[in-house]
Amino acid sequence: MNSSNSISKQKLKWRIFNDKLFSIVMMTLAFVSALPLLSILFQLVKKGYKQIRLNFFIEVAPDTMQAMMAKANHEIIPGGIANGIVGTLIIVGLASLIAIPLGLICGIYLSETSKGKMANAVRLVVDMLQGIPSIVLGVIAYIWIVKPVTSGFSALAGSVALSIMMLPSIIRSTEETLKMIPSTLKEAALSLGVPYHRTIFKVLLPTGMSGISTGIILGISRIAGETAPLMLTALGSSAINLDITQPSSAIPLLVWEFYNDPNLIDLIWGASLILLLIIFLLNLGAKAIVKKWKVQY
Amino acid sequence: MKSEKLFQYFLKSGGILILMMAIGIVATLIMGSIPTFKEFGFKFIFSSNWNPTEGRESYGALPFIIGTILTSVLALIMTFPFAFSIALFLGEYFKEGRMASILKSMIDLLAGIPSVVYGLWGFYTIKPWIVELGLNAQGFGIFTSSLVLAIMIIPYASSLSAEVINMVPANLKEAAYSLGATRFEVVKNVIIPNAGSGIFAGYILAFGRAIGETMAVTMLIGNSNQIPSNLFDLGNTMASLIANQFGEAEGLKYTSLVAMGLLLFIITGILNLAGKMIMKKITA
Repeated sequence: MNSSNSISKQKLKWRIFNDKLFSIVMMTLAFVSALPLLSILFQLVKKGYKQIRLNFFIEVAPDTMQAMMAKANHEIIPGGIANGIVGTLIIVGLASLIAIPLGLICGIYLSETSKGKMANAVRLVVDMLQGIPSIVLGVIAYIWIVKPVTSGFSALAGSVALSIMMLPSIIRSTEETLKMIPSTLKEAALSLGVPYHRTIFKVLLPTGMSGISTGIILGISRIAGETAPLMLTALGSSAINLDITQPSSAIPLLVWEFYNDPNLIDLIWGASLILLLIIFLLNLGAKAIVKKWKVQY
Repeated sequence: MKSEKLFQYFLKSGGILILMMAIGIVATLIMGSIPTFKEFGFKFIFSSNWNPTEGRESYGALPFIIGTILTSVLALIMTFPFAFSIALFLGEYFKEGRMASILKSMIDLLAGIPSVVYGLWGFYTIKPWIVELGLNAQGFGIFTSSLVLAIMIIPYASSLSAEVINMVPANLKEAAYSLGATRFEVVKNVIIPNAGSGIFAGYILAFGRAIGETMAVTMLIGNSNQIPSNLFDLGNTMASLIANQFGEAEGLKYTSLVAMGLLLFIITGILNLAGKMIMKKITA
């Protein structure tokens, strides 16, 4: 009797020990995975903050010779990433112009058509589009735009690749947000004699604004840092270029160029820091919208 | 009434456009790779010879398929303990509270870092570390890129698993607790059997991500066109080969790279649909 009691007590202790051990290991591993983030941020800020002056935003990237001279004289490398900033604004802006209307229409269509072969096929395709690697979209935009339309690398081709990339997140967030809106709201509008399309534009879309705009912002933040598809489409340019049928630079493309040029390598940190800041700000914006404008039903 | 019908057609046209876009993507990839498959047939997939020298041109995708699968599987294995811990942390142990929101924001930020920045970090932080440990003389290679890939896919693998773990019915867990189970035993005997397929689906989706990842891998894998002989060897993946060689490619080389894109598209497409299918079954 006595011995079996002590055995079961021992077993209990063992079980409790196991439980404690497991939760400690789990918590440690969970927070260890955040270390790379801190390491990346630390590295970028430490090496990049010196680069960030006014000139960094208004001057174009220097060429190798300029950078080499400055380095030889122990000066800070001149120039900035203005060509990349303008390029990113144009390429991402144009991609949004293509993707947002189409994504909204498609999202509304899916939320209004819950059943049917066609709607299910569209859902399947949206899932599929979401999984396509960005580099493959670069190949697609090259074949669709670079060769036949602009007969050369162009900002437009980059925008097309990125717009396909951001479509799924816009469609999905639109569909899911609109589906969450109680049908009574829509029925009330319709019963007052409001036409169907006005009901959607004046009642449903404004009600779902926070969810939809969050999806759009997250879509933009997802494409802003994309490099691979732009290498095959926009290519890069050493000057500021406003013509969308010409090659254009972008901040991630500049990071890649700096990485490949030993003379420009010092600029890489400032450029990456700016890119990361833009993306983090977009993410924060999306979160703020969710918090502030969340409609309660 | 008429305008209502018209508007419905307008909405439908958006759906049709998306369908056409998808069909267009598939058709473009297939048409673009026809010359390669005509020339090499299935040898394109099983040959390990990638030789762009004129006159002796031969293109085989095997080294890149192997490189892709090796890096992604290795990344998945390395990511598992961390992603699973995060999922348990957010889905079971600390669903709310300050700790959870800190961890959640950190994971979100991790997901937001561009691939090219991960590549830089891998180059300047992980690579010297690999050299120091003596794993590889130059620090490049399959292992280095897998390590960085593993960190990159943590958010994808963990967020879905956390959701599924969160969905395990409370009464099941409470029943186990009332029988005297410890939390660890609940995790082992209730949560994992219940959420297992969802966790699996999350990893499939993360696997698809890893396979298509380009920039960070390009910067770290060493870009060798040989089949890697061990995990620390140099290698190349399908995505990074396209990124490296597409720019100056013409003729057969160009169509072979498009064919590589088609293979990549098929593999990631199957993985993605499988993952989504499992998820749908669980949530339905």
